[in-house]
Amino acid sequence: MNQLLIQIGPIGVFLLLGFFVGRWRERRHFASLNRRERQFTDVGIVNLKTVPNPETVRNAVLVSGDAVIATDYFKGFASKLRGIVGGEMRSYETLMERARREATLRMLRQARDIGAAEVWCVRYETSNIRSSGRNNPGVSVEAFAFGTAIVRD
Amino acid sequence: MIVVNTETAPGHTIVAVKGLVQGNTIRAKHLGRDIAAGFKNLVGGELRGYTELLTEARRQAIERMIGQAQQLGANAIVNVRFTTSAITQGAAELYAYGTAVVVE
Repeated sequence: MNQLLIQIGPIGVFLLLGFFVGRWRERRHFASLNRRERQFTDVGIVNLKTVPNPETVRNAVLVSGDAVIATDYFKGFASKLRGIVGGEMRSYETLMERARREATLRMLRQARDIGAAEVWCVRYETSNIRSSGRNNPGVSVEAFAFGTAIVRD
Repeated sequence: MIVVNTETAPGHTIVAVKGLVQGNTIRAKHLGRDIAAGFKNLVGGELRGYTELLTEARRQAIERMIGQAQQLGANAIVNVRFTTSAITQGAAELYAYGTAVVVE
């Protein structure tokens, strides 16, 4: 009995930590993303390739932003179970959303810093940083957003 | 050096195409960052160490690409694209490529 407790004890602690602290951190992150996105409504982004009115363009600069986000222990554990039965992995959907929105915000900040109000030809790349392992079922992903910021006269 | 990811440099005309230029970096994860990331993997959140590592690596890849373009005598790089490939469990290659052109 003691042996069993010693073995599952740490996992239980991690699950609780992951669940409560992880959920709180995620909620805080989403609130921060919402708040910061409201401050960037002046910079428009599109993934169209052709910039209209090129004669009024003063400057065209490549801007980018990236973010690496990790899931918490509980989400990783729950996703592993989900992986057994199949279906939609909602835990990872929020992970990808957070990473992409954070990367986009950083790209927008770079654009605004150079005085641009538009970012054209926006593309996204995502890569896996860490897959889930035996000791830690959490994963981390990187989202990278890049585009061409246009400064007009 | 003008660097953009659109197909043309807006506000300029392409007068000569020099060719494809590229830059890459292969970076290994460093153990110290990994240990710090270990705790973040419990509670979730951003891994700033890795973000900085990848930003720095991409910047280096872009610089190498610009270096190649300068050698060809170009003054702009258009249609820049990026790829990331995991080489082994602990290393990734960051690759930037584009077309070097002369614009006016």
